[in-house]
Amino acid sequence: MLKVVGIGKIEDLLREIPEDLLRDESLDLPAPMSEFELSSHMKDLAASNTGAAKGGPFLGGGAYDHYIPSAVRQIVSRSEFLTAYTPYQPEVSQGTLQAAFEYQSMVCALTGLEVSNASLYDGASASAEAVLMARAIADRPDVVVGGTLQPAYKEVLDTYLKYSGAEVKEASAADGRVKPEDWKKLVTPRTAAVVIQSPNMFGLIENVTPAVEAAKQAGALTVMVCDLLSLSLLRSPAEWGADIAVGEGQSVGSALSFGGPYLGFIATKRSFIRKMPGRIVAETSDADGRRGFVMTLQTREQHIRRERATSNICTNQGLNALAAAVHIGLLGPRGLRRAAEGCVRNARYAAEEISKVPGFKTEFDGPFFREFAVRTPIPPAELNRRLAERGMLGGLDLGRWDDSLGGLWLVCVTEKRRKAEIDEFVQAVRECCE
Amino acid sequence: MEKLLCELHNPGSGTSYVPEPDVPSPSVEEILTEDLLRRSALDLPEAPEAEVVRHFTRLSSLNYHVERGMYPLGSCTMKYNPKINEEMAALDGFAGLHPHAPEPECRGALELMLGLESLLKEISGMDRVTLQPAAGAQGELTGLMMIRAYHTNRGEDRRKILIPDSAHGTNPASAALSGCTAVPVPSGADGKVDLNALRDRLDGECAAVMLTNPNTLGLFETEVREVSKAAHEAGALMYLDGANLNAVVGMARPREMGFDVVHFNLHKTFSSPHGGGGPGSGPVGVVAELEPFLPVPVLERAEDGRPFWDVDRPRSVGRVHAFYGNFAVMLRAYCYIRTLGAEGLEEVCKRALLNARYLLARLKDTFELPYDSHCLHEFVLSGSRQKAKGVRTLDMGKRLLDYGLHAPTVYFPLIVPEALMIEPTETESKAELDRFADAMLSVAKEAEENPERVKLAPHNTPVRRLDEARAARQLKVCWDWQTEPENS
Repeated sequence: MLKVVGIGKIEDLLREIPEDLLRDESLDLPAPMSEFELSSHMKDLAASNTGAAKGGPFLGGGAYDHYIPSAVRQIVSRSEFLTAYTPYQPEVSQGTLQAAFEYQSMVCALTGLEVSNASLYDGASASAEAVLMARAIADRPDVVVGGTLQPAYKEVLDTYLKYSGAEVKEASAADGRVKPEDWKKLVTPRTAAVVIQSPNMFGLIENVTPAVEAAKQAGALTVMVCDLLSLSLLRSPAEWGADIAVGEGQSVGSALSFGGPYLGFIATKRSFIRKMPGRIVAETSDADGRRGFVMTLQTREQHIRRERATSNICTNQGLNALAAAVHIGLLGPRGLRRAAEGCVRNARYAAEEISKVPGFKTEFDGPFFREFAVRTPIPPAELNRRLAERGMLGGLDLGRWDDSLGGLWLVCVTEKRRKAEIDEFVQAVRECCE
Repeated sequence: MEKLLCELHNPGSGTSYVPEPDVPSPSVEEILTEDLLRRSALDLPEAPEAEVVRHFTRLSSLNYHVERGMYPLGSCTMKYNPKINEEMAALDGFAGLHPHAPEPECRGALELMLGLESLLKEISGMDRVTLQPAAGAQGELTGLMMIRAYHTNRGEDRRKILIPDSAHGTNPASAALSGCTAVPVPSGADGKVDLNALRDRLDGECAAVMLTNPNTLGLFETEVREVSKAAHEAGALMYLDGANLNAVVGMARPREMGFDVVHFNLHKTFSSPHGGGGPGSGPVGVVAELEPFLPVPVLERAEDGRPFWDVDRPRSVGRVHAFYGNFAVMLRAYCYIRTLGAEGLEEVCKRALLNARYLLARLKDTFELPYDSHCLHEFVLSGSRQKAKGVRTLDMGKRLLDYGLHAPTVYFPLIVPEALMIEPTETESKAELDRFADAMLSVAKEAEENPERVKLAPHNTPVRRLDEARAARQLKVCWDWQTEPENS
């Protein structure tokens, strides 16, 4: 090979780099490891993640422990899907493209809206992208955000809007849900969108109608932040009258994996399709009339439109979208509903039982999907520490989100928790506080 | 042609993966009021597991993928994805770990992230690295926001970003998203950024100069330190788009080149699989002056050695991800770097350069080489000779698919007409490189002798050339299907 290139040694190729930029010494990195040594090292690290082996978890707060069928991992780890590139050459990427089309179709079915994209990074950035999209559609600057939006989502939204000139106002909450009258008070002719999350940061199911009405009256759009699994049971964004639905798709097919990779989804009305960010897959036919799929409306995207693109997103969460399609395909409408019902009923039972423990009280009155906030007699962090000693992972100390939420403990109970497990957990809680 | 999943619908044929809840709660209809429940039908198909698995398995067989053959895609760095990394990511101690687990319960994950930051710091020469951005483009956005914050913090509102006209589209798109204006800088006749043109555009409004090095033509910006000096003198910062890091990794570092901010693509240089379009990961390295602006939370090590999340960061640009970023992608990059060590990375770099130069040597007499310089890990050819005979780069790319190969990147960078951008990476053997070169030469020959065969390609793929215009006209982006109402 060196002969063909016309050089004497491989190092000659580095001559293109100015000599004084080339390092004299090797980088100061740990010595290389054989596969066996790496495996031992990684297993040690994994073992010290004691939280993964603990009972429960009764933890939610934006990431959820749902049952993922084995077949999802099997399909998603096939190298034909795992190691394929972005489908820029569609003729050799029909696997990726058709799966993406099916995923888009499923998101439309769950949200009730007409068009979807092939994924965004996560629920938080998807919410931010939806607001940017609404601003572009309405040609207005401001946003009214429900005060029960997951704090991390609000922070990401603030970051994305930091240099946009948008004024972001917050509709306040009472008893864990957005005060209905606040929407009308805050929405103005400069409002591009209202943003409401349901189930919200406390796990409570919101009444979305006041938000939608306030928005409609002012000519603004409604962005509903939601959860794909919950939509198999709960009223859909389309039924509420939302214009754009976004949120987190981790609950359908993505492992907990310490926070990522997850799955941002977005769906909207057909008339807004050209303002939707990210990749979109569409059906077409080939030269012989066979059905096939391609990426479409690429003129919205960065590689064509550059600084005038709808977004800068390039690589997205393709494999997680595939996982969602397989997961939803395996569970079907009944399986999704069974999981969702399991969440509602298990959480309800757990809330009742915990409330019987002296000093514990559910904080809010409204209906909830799979998590609920509890006021604890001892600080939640201390309670969690004691539970950890007993091999259990307790709820989320909401004081970590905001000082004003100190003393609140967010307990999550998914369809995976059985009665015996919940009873054991409640008993442990009781003993920890004696 | 594979059916759509909805065409496999068979009511009642689905599988139950979890038992019915066994708690003594009322039914959901009694717990939740009617106005909160879904009323419209849930139009999703039901099929038995065997059918669903067959469906997706058959779909998978329609894909080209890097374990089948080479992807010579410029700036994508489609190298082999080590299998051990997949196995490690799937360990329950990682895959089953909740992001809100208290710090003492996720020590291994935090150590891994601190470890990766340390490795990336050494590789780049930067002082701190955030792992939060979920992809390169999000890294660009994060980096540019930190640059703006830096200037604002010094009392200056700078909004111009100087970007070479050969840059990847995400660069100007990210500039726009961060509220800046992308100012294009022309490339010189040698394909490198024109230093004089750059100097002309540098002023007190410039926040940063955004370069890729080597650039998208695979050429090392030999005047990068002069650019850095000029930028810094004008008060601007230097941003490196690290997409082409494979060309210098282990041998040269962004810090010494004069960069202040750099993003890494863990799904490129650092071997994480491409997944058909993600997930990726786009960590951002910065010099110490930008540390206050890092996204929050910042992973630190306490005096007693324990890792903890620092949220007390008043000047942070904020968050870009609900959690810590794409952890499982970081994990794979960590495994990759720990496997290779410094010597291994040096080998990666040298081999990547040799493979690219070998292909260039084999192809440069047949295709137009617009910039007669010596490339690093990738190079750009032009299909202009073949275009003169009526065959476009697009057609040649499609014809390559018939040879059981993936086409190179086409029509990018924009400054080369009929561009073909080729990056083999270091994991291709000479045999595979020759297979690709032979195919390219064969296609070029066909363009002369049998152009119709090329213009109508592909012929041997699962589908023939697809009608993109029709797709955009119809805009059919979901299936047209509903479940029949039960009891009908």
